[in-house]
Amino acid sequence: MSANSAAVNAISCRSADLHARPTPKLPSRRALLASTALLLVTQTAGARTLAGGTGMPWRPFAGDPPQAVEPGPWVFFTPEEGAAVEALVDRLIPPDAETAGGKDCGCAVFIDRQLAGAYGSARGLYMSPPFLQATPEQGLQAPSTPAQLYHRMLVALDAFCRATYAGNPFAQLPDGEKDRIITGMENGSLQLQGTSATPFFEILLQDTRYGFFADPVYGGNRDMAAWKMIGFPGARYDYRDWVERYNERYPHPPISIAGRNAGSPLHP
Amino acid sequence: MATKLPATEIVIIGLGWTGSIIAESMTKAGFNVVAIERGPWRDTATDFPPSYAPDELRYAVQHDLFVRPAQTTLTFRNNPNQTALPIRTWGSFLLPNGVGGAGVHWNAQTWRFLPTDFVLKTHLTQRYGAKFLPADMTIQDWGVTYDELEPHFDAFEYLCGTSGTAGNLKGQKQPFGNPFEGPRSRPYPTPAQKQPYGPVLWAEAAKEMGHSPFPQPSGNLSQAYTNPLGVTLGPCTYCGFCERFGCGNYSKASPQTTILPVLMRRTNFEARTGCEVTRIKLDNSGKRATAVTYIDTQGREWEQPAEMVFLCAFQMFNVQLLLLSGIGQPYDLNTGQGVIGRNYSYQVTSSVQAFFDNKIFNPFIASGAIGMCIDDYNGDNFDHGPYGFVGGGYMGMVQPNARPIEATPTPPGTPQWGAAWKKAVKDNYLSTILPSVHGSCYSYRDCYLDLDPTYKDRFGRPLMRLTFDFHENELKMSQFLTDRLAEIVQRMAPRQIAKLPRTGHYSIVPYQTTHTCGGAIMGTDPKTSALNRYLQSWDVHNLFVTGATNFPQNAGYNPTGTIGALTYWSLDAIHKQYLKNPGPLVHA
Repeated sequence: MSANSAAVNAISCRSADLHARPTPKLPSRRALLASTALLLVTQTAGARTLAGGTGMPWRPFAGDPPQAVEPGPWVFFTPEEGAAVEALVDRLIPPDAETAGGKDCGCAVFIDRQLAGAYGSARGLYMSPPFLQATPEQGLQAPSTPAQLYHRMLVALDAFCRATYAGNPFAQLPDGEKDRIITGMENGSLQLQGTSATPFFEILLQDTRYGFFADPVYGGNRDMAAWKMIGFPGARYDYRDWVERYNERYPHPPISIAGRNAGSPLHP
Repeated sequence: MATKLPATEIVIIGLGWTGSIIAESMTKAGFNVVAIERGPWRDTATDFPPSYAPDELRYAVQHDLFVRPAQTTLTFRNNPNQTALPIRTWGSFLLPNGVGGAGVHWNAQTWRFLPTDFVLKTHLTQRYGAKFLPADMTIQDWGVTYDELEPHFDAFEYLCGTSGTAGNLKGQKQPFGNPFEGPRSRPYPTPAQKQPYGPVLWAEAAKEMGHSPFPQPSGNLSQAYTNPLGVTLGPCTYCGFCERFGCGNYSKASPQTTILPVLMRRTNFEARTGCEVTRIKLDNSGKRATAVTYIDTQGREWEQPAEMVFLCAFQMFNVQLLLLSGIGQPYDLNTGQGVIGRNYSYQVTSSVQAFFDNKIFNPFIASGAIGMCIDDYNGDNFDHGPYGFVGGGYMGMVQPNARPIEATPTPPGTPQWGAAWKKAVKDNYLSTILPSVHGSCYSYRDCYLDLDPTYKDRFGRPLMRLTFDFHENELKMSQFLTDRLAEIVQRMAPRQIAKLPRTGHYSIVPYQTTHTCGGAIMGTDPKTSALNRYLQSWDVHNLFVTGATNFPQNAGYNPTGTIGALTYWSLDAIHKQYLKNPGPLVHA
């Protein structure tokens, strides 16, 4: 099936001059030296020169698999922040009789590791100033990274809760109060240290869902609980026998790119 | 200061679909070809093996295969009175990077535009009168006809092994195919893919309503196929990790699965990856390209002299490189003069969500291009007279994926979080479908590309500035098409539907499609086109420009089939005419 490279017959290069065509200038010795220098340089840098004539420049073990999240203490959050985020994700996706909630599914672990990595520092995004007032159609123009936003808003949320609820942090509040606060963040009625909490709510909800539904290799979706809940078989790669089986539930359990039975680490 | 390299005969800027096709054709003819590619080398075994390719977070959400906005992005505004601001993270479209280009991560929906699409201005004016068209609409004929392109559509489909059911063979209508398509000289290379439950039910409803459903033409193959270059693709396994992903299964037509294994055996070919072209250099007359300059990942600048230059980067970046190289007259909104950046267009997509009881669609069993479609409301296949707009689109139940981060629909009115959200996700995941419309987007005087005055890329070059909004004609069309789609969906007896026509201003935020078009369009008049009908620059005869950059406006289809056909059409003229007598192929 994957006979791509094997099936290619060696095709000899037709060197015959088929058309009247412009004659290239002969390269000078100096230029040839420069060309060789380029080859040497680019072998070690990101740039590569791939000369034809040898087939696909395939190298063994050259893949780039994801790094599995390891269990252990928080990497990005302080213990207090971690507790608050676990409490938040467990209200955004509460546990029920069949499926664990955001906390036990590892959503906070997922967010912690994401914020400690490329996502948290907005690596790869265009972060050059000026940051100007945008229309909604122009998209986010925030100078702060997700990591900065989380830190700032978690500090503000903690201060708000302790001031409002007799010194109690968010994680210690009754569920009803937690939901009132989240609703206030969602609809913009709750200001935290003078700024709307809605952008933080939106990014938190997005990241919680990512953690719930992403492959368990990233620390969330523990035991593929979210996939089992909805009936998504995960990283399976062949449904040819099932395309034309209509109105019939697919019977096999999900698999992860981390392995069939891989769970992700429990929260610290 | 750029270090000058030995001359080569042909330089190709960008090794995606069109660059690969051209490199194969020109090396086969014996020329020395150097392809210069901004992104990395990519191949199936190394970069998207089945062991870790099905990773929604990495590829679909965090955009691993796309160019990083930190490398380059563009600025955007809805109209010329606004200040354009940078697209800091991708949304509406996802621009490619690396060998294979967007051919790596496309859906592989492989269409031919309608015969009338290529003579759009003439056709609509004859049928409805010039006054039927909005005054600021700048649609044009392409300068090439469907009949001229037919052998080249055929060539691209046989390169890819496209799976489909012909609807018109040499003028004879065929059952189960698209009755509106232009005549094709022979059947698709492989039969249509199998269809899941949702598309089959939708097609039954469409047929009952008098429409003509047919399987979407797919570059994800129904069976193993060996193309004319001798490269074999395997059958698609319906894994549902297609668009935004590389195919780990050698089943999706891409440069990697159709051309590169042959190209990389040619001793007269060389690819330089991680090298971004910064300028096309001209001789003193300004009528001939002499070299390109590029910067490698170490920041070194090189100059590669060549006899011919093919500009094959993605649509947006072709326009940017022309502007930065001073080739062609930049479009000026105030005067309407100039051609580089003129006639930017896009695609007007919409959908209808349908929630069912007691149906299991298994929506995750999917390929980027399976589904059942109708063309009854595309192009000018229906009388627009009563409706007051022009344009159209195909619609259908296309089932490209149900990856759970982005495809866990809930009925309107469901809370965003909490127990009710969780239950709604659980209850609706397997029993919801999302039929869609793929509508045309015509071009307008105030939709264009130019260089941004403020924001720069990492080399200090001005970013492209996109000025674009949906116009009333397109919004009317979207409402009409979405209503027609909803009528078909209602016949399937869902519990609840949600119509999602395109409304209001164009937004750069939600993903819509990566079908950005125009900016260096082909045509018959150098005053209104950057390229002649053979994709040759009117100004610089040894420069050819490929891709959706060529489209004077966009039709109601995915663009790649037409991009491939135009590339082969251009190559045909190059081999038969240009190489014998290098110079302008059309005299203005």
